[in-house]
Amino acid sequence: MKKKHSIMRSIAAAPHVFWSILFIILPLIIVVYYAFTDSEGSFSFENILSLADYAPIFALSLELSVIATFICLIIGYPMAYIIAKAKPERQKLYIMLLMLPMWTNLLIRTYSIMAILDDGGFLNSLLNTSLHIVGTKGAVIFGMVYDFLPYMVLPIYTCVSKIDKNMWEAASDLGCKPVQVMTRVILPLSTSGIISGVTMVLVPSISTFYISQKLGGGTFELIGDTIERQFVTGALNTGAAISLVMMILILISLSVMNRFTDSDEGGIIV
Amino acid sequence: MKHLSRIYLILIFGILYIPILTLILFSFNAENSTAVFSGFSFRWYIELFNSPDTFEALRNTLILAVLSALISTVIGTAAAEGIYRMRSKLMKSAISSVTNIPMMNPDIVTGMSMMLFFVAVFGILGLSGDSMGFVTMLIAHVTFCLPYVILSVLPRINELGNSLSEAALDLGCTPIQAFFKVKLPNIMPGVISGMVMAFTMSLDDFVISYFVVGSSSFQTLPLLIYSMTKKKVTPDMYALSTLVVVTIFILLVISNLKSGKRVGDKRKGGVKK
Repeated sequence: MKKKHSIMRSIAAAPHVFWSILFIILPLIIVVYYAFTDSEGSFSFENILSLADYAPIFALSLELSVIATFICLIIGYPMAYIIAKAKPERQKLYIMLLMLPMWTNLLIRTYSIMAILDDGGFLNSLLNTSLHIVGTKGAVIFGMVYDFLPYMVLPIYTCVSKIDKNMWEAASDLGCKPVQVMTRVILPLSTSGIISGVTMVLVPSISTFYISQKLGGGTFELIGDTIERQFVTGALNTGAAISLVMMILILISLSVMNRFTDSDEGGIIV
Repeated sequence: MKHLSRIYLILIFGILYIPILTLILFSFNAENSTAVFSGFSFRWYIELFNSPDTFEALRNTLILAVLSALISTVIGTAAAEGIYRMRSKLMKSAISSVTNIPMMNPDIVTGMSMMLFFVAVFGILGLSGDSMGFVTMLIAHVTFCLPYVILSVLPRINELGNSLSEAALDLGCTPIQAFFKVKLPNIMPGVISGMVMAFTMSLDDFVISYFVVGSSSFQTLPLLIYSMTKKKVTPDMYALSTLVVVTIFILLVISNLKSGKRVGDKRKGGVKK
């Protein structure tokens, strides 16, 4: 009787639980199934073993996305800090300016960068030069930074703007120099914002395929491109195996990063 | 220091906006070029408005976004209430970790997993890939919108606590009445912001839609833009993008003015007192 009562209490969650099992858990089980079978449907380790061939692509994706994330952090932290310290009306304006590119579709933003940087593009015709930018690693990194910078700034901004104003005074009253206030008080207090910013930039950059397709000029392949190619050519088993490994790596690194923050503040941005 | 930080902001915002402004500029180009500006014209807009594909894609995108926002808001709000009432901590954290999977996972993995799921289900049912499309996309969109709704409603419910609903129950409401008449109006801001977020997520999604659309001819704006950018692009893609950017800009300004007004009203009220 009592048990029935406690289930009845949370019956409202039932549709969601049902939905999650059907459309989140089951698809993941199917990914595992595909990863461990061949195209005939019989069990095989071949897909997983063939992943060794893709190790250089994994490494390249990791390299480019880590560099992009780092640049976003270096550019984004001061930006978030300046915005958080501005007058309230100005803060609103800045946040709006930041949201507009974020809400503009990623395909559009990436394509317009390509049109600017391309060999016969706007920049070259404007400067009358023949710079070769698209097709280099730098262009792909630039695209990642450009596309995902707002995702770094917003969580850090949310976090810094919540820090009590008295902290600055208290720290300097207690003898901190301005630099020390920054490194000993403000930075540690904004760790949770930094971590969610890093996650929100790293995950989409490591898995992108559009940015590398457009700005990489087809000269090199990232792991997202590999998955997309398997999907287009119908090599679903290999695609599933790569997806599985990527998911496991990302979920592990996310849970490691979440260890460093005890609160879940700043994890979600509006 | 003040000047320095202002210059820094202007510089970064400048870089963020140059591509968008170039895009708007070239949408008015008289010639078929995205590199050399040769004169002002509405040519590409006219061409865009004469293409039935664009309108169909726009209509599809809006229908999909409205439906996925509504469905995920209903399921998500109910789920938040259910999760709040759950006694078992283990159950709570299990549900929220599963819910967050689509949010943490890269889109490409979510897309891949749902695509394989639909292929399997359609295989069992004996349907061809052509019948994928609207339904599979709707299911996928609701799935990735749900965590955003729950994350925006659940804090409101936690904040509100139980006393109001208990009072309503004491005063003779049935549990369902207590929820709809007392609790729901109080958590409405969270429900609305969850719904808006779900709507924009659905509107903006490309990767997951790309994977689950199958071989059907159902098209949304992001899918249309993708197929347009695969070939050599003509400025009509720019015209389309300009319209998207301008719409978003207007929506942002309206929502900002509204919330600014609210702040202003409060201040006025304070003075009166």
